[in-house]
Amino acid sequence: MHHNSHTISVLVENEFGVLARVSGLFSGRGFNIESLAVAPTNEEGLSRMTIVTRGDENVLEQITKQLNKLVDVIKVIDFSDESAIEREMALIKVTAEDQNRAEVLRIVDIFRAKIIDVTPKSYTIEATGAPVKIDAILELLRPLGLKELVRTGAVAIGRGAKGWKG
Amino acid sequence: MKMNGARILLECLKLEGVDLVFGYPGGTVINLYDELMNVREIRHILPRHEQGGTHAADGYARATGKVGVAIATSGPGATNTVTGIATAYMDSIPMVVISGQVTTALIGNDAFQEVDMIGITRPITKHSFLIRNPKDIPSIVRKAFYIARSGRPGPVLIDFPKDVQIAQAEFKWPETVDIRGYKPNLEGHPRQVEKAILMMLAARRPVIYVGGGVISADAAGDLTALARRLQFPVTTTLMGLGSFPENDPLALKMLGMHGAYAANMAMTNSDLILAVGARFDDRVTGKIATFAPHAKIIHVDVDPTSIRKNVRVDLPIVGDVKDVLVKMLAELDKQADGLKELQANLSVWHEDISGWKEKYPIAYKQSTTTIKPQYVIQKLRELSQEDAIMATDVGQHQMWVAQFFGFQQPRTLLSSGGLGTMGFGLPAAMGAQAAFPKRQVICVCGDGGVQMNIQELATMVQNRLPVKIVILNNNFLGMVRQWQELFFDKRYSQTCLELPIDFVKLAEAYGAKGLRTEKPGEVEQVIKEALAHNGPVVMEFKISREEKVLPMVPAGASLNEMVLNA
Repeated sequence: MHHNSHTISVLVENEFGVLARVSGLFSGRGFNIESLAVAPTNEEGLSRMTIVTRGDENVLEQITKQLNKLVDVIKVIDFSDESAIEREMALIKVTAEDQNRAEVLRIVDIFRAKIIDVTPKSYTIEATGAPVKIDAILELLRPLGLKELVRTGAVAIGRGAKGWKG
Repeated sequence: MKMNGARILLECLKLEGVDLVFGYPGGTVINLYDELMNVREIRHILPRHEQGGTHAADGYARATGKVGVAIATSGPGATNTVTGIATAYMDSIPMVVISGQVTTALIGNDAFQEVDMIGITRPITKHSFLIRNPKDIPSIVRKAFYIARSGRPGPVLIDFPKDVQIAQAEFKWPETVDIRGYKPNLEGHPRQVEKAILMMLAARRPVIYVGGGVISADAAGDLTALARRLQFPVTTTLMGLGSFPENDPLALKMLGMHGAYAANMAMTNSDLILAVGARFDDRVTGKIATFAPHAKIIHVDVDPTSIRKNVRVDLPIVGDVKDVLVKMLAELDKQADGLKELQANLSVWHEDISGWKEKYPIAYKQSTTTIKPQYVIQKLRELSQEDAIMATDVGQHQMWVAQFFGFQQPRTLLSSGGLGTMGFGLPAAMGAQAAFPKRQVICVCGDGGVQMNIQELATMVQNRLPVKIVILNNNFLGMVRQWQELFFDKRYSQTCLELPIDFVKLAEAYGAKGLRTEKPGEVEQVIKEALAHNGPVVMEFKISREEKVLPMVPAGASLNEMVLNA
């Protein structure tokens, strides 16, 4: 069965063990984590996690309810498809020798990515964008010789003028 | 005023109203125990095993409704509490467990008797705290008790490093507790309650399905009033036993795997289920696909995660069960005509239910030669006081107690329903007896489970806790044997205990009284003698060895596919 992926933002107390509580909840209850990004916010003591997960409607309902039940979780925001802007960064090391070098540069240019490290045999690229855009650049770079890939996982923020507190 | 961390913690326990703790000393709580000698308001009971202490705190909590407190040292002491914590977690029992921890500088160093207790207990606690600074103790203790007892109750762990017990700090008790990520939704939405009333008044084949949430919310009286006002039949889960008097004509008794025929038939044929403080677990629903196919479901629970976890729900009401029931009763006051009409519509349903009750009542075949376990339970009910507290272990005897004891009052059954912990009964009974020294506390066990925490007999004798322990001895691990008989072609793999234990001598070795019989004619005499004795008693009844718990819904079958006689 195919399940859609969902993006959930979780505002948590920036406390000892909170990441373990959230990730443990997912593993203990058999929920899936596709990616998880976490860092402090502008408010003191508050961190924000962006979790991309998969599951049907019932699973998603349980995930949000279970997250809300955690004492260290302050708010759970379940983004439906259009309500959020998602971005992800990837660092990509590709083989870039003679005939490939120009092609890599063209792809980097098309995707408005950046070369952040160069050697005679490789380029390291920084690419930012919606996760589908990262997928697309990787698709093009892969045949040229992808040596290493690091992705941050998506972060998301709601569209419009309102902040998460409304 | 400045004091050391150990003293601050004890002062906090006093302010939380704690007058009794169960604990076991050790290297990392020695400072706490030293301070305990200076605090007379807190009574301490020393179990013989930390698991026993934790179950005792749990039994105390179940019987009183207050938060049970257990203490253990770091490492093995702490890990011995794990089964007790998980048991309390599964049954939503309010408990605070304080574990010693190695000095903060040594945490993570694989120090002597160090374990990551917060990590180990993460999935089985409602929340947990590591105290890093003595000035944080008051707010942590305050939060721990608040979290343990509010909303859907549960166990909370406080990990207490040795150096924090020694360090000095100013003691300041926080007047209020406010946790921004923890705001249980206690008030049932009035519109949802109104909708529920309309659904209930329109029902033709309604059932109220009650779980332990009614007991933990102290709402048994309101539930009983609601059922009687509506004249809706009531079935309870194992955890819900005692929330509705079983001698009431509306009582269907327990439902589920070993539930009453009438209860399971009523659920299957109902057109409306009012679920109150219950969570539709697999032992209750049987096969989900065929569970109550015609019923609309109203689900009242304080924990939103319980709603729509296992079954579809037509009307969820998140809120404290008592709050919602009180609102329902008030709403019904406005519905005199609707109630009259409802009664006329329910007569056919009541006839159906009477028919099911008569067709297959919960029953057994009496014998004049061997003791039937069900007979022992019936005699216990007859001969004990109405407010007697009954603790059980887990297995066949537990189900016989559930079927035959006829619970009338809340907080009179202490049983591990969710986790199904063998070894729970005896220490849980001990905890209840410590809370209520004057009430009769009976513990029914099998000969398997009783040996899992038998060491607490010493604690009972030492602390003059006169628990009456009944061992239904069939020399088998009976429930597993029953499954092997029914589903594994009588291949009794490792369920015969073989070595007969002399439980009378064992009781006597601990300084308790021991009684034994294998004659049905002597059962009554043994129980009378035990109940009259002013101290702990072990009664060993040698019962018919291959007696089964019936009816039974085989695992994975539908609720109405009961094995009635096998």
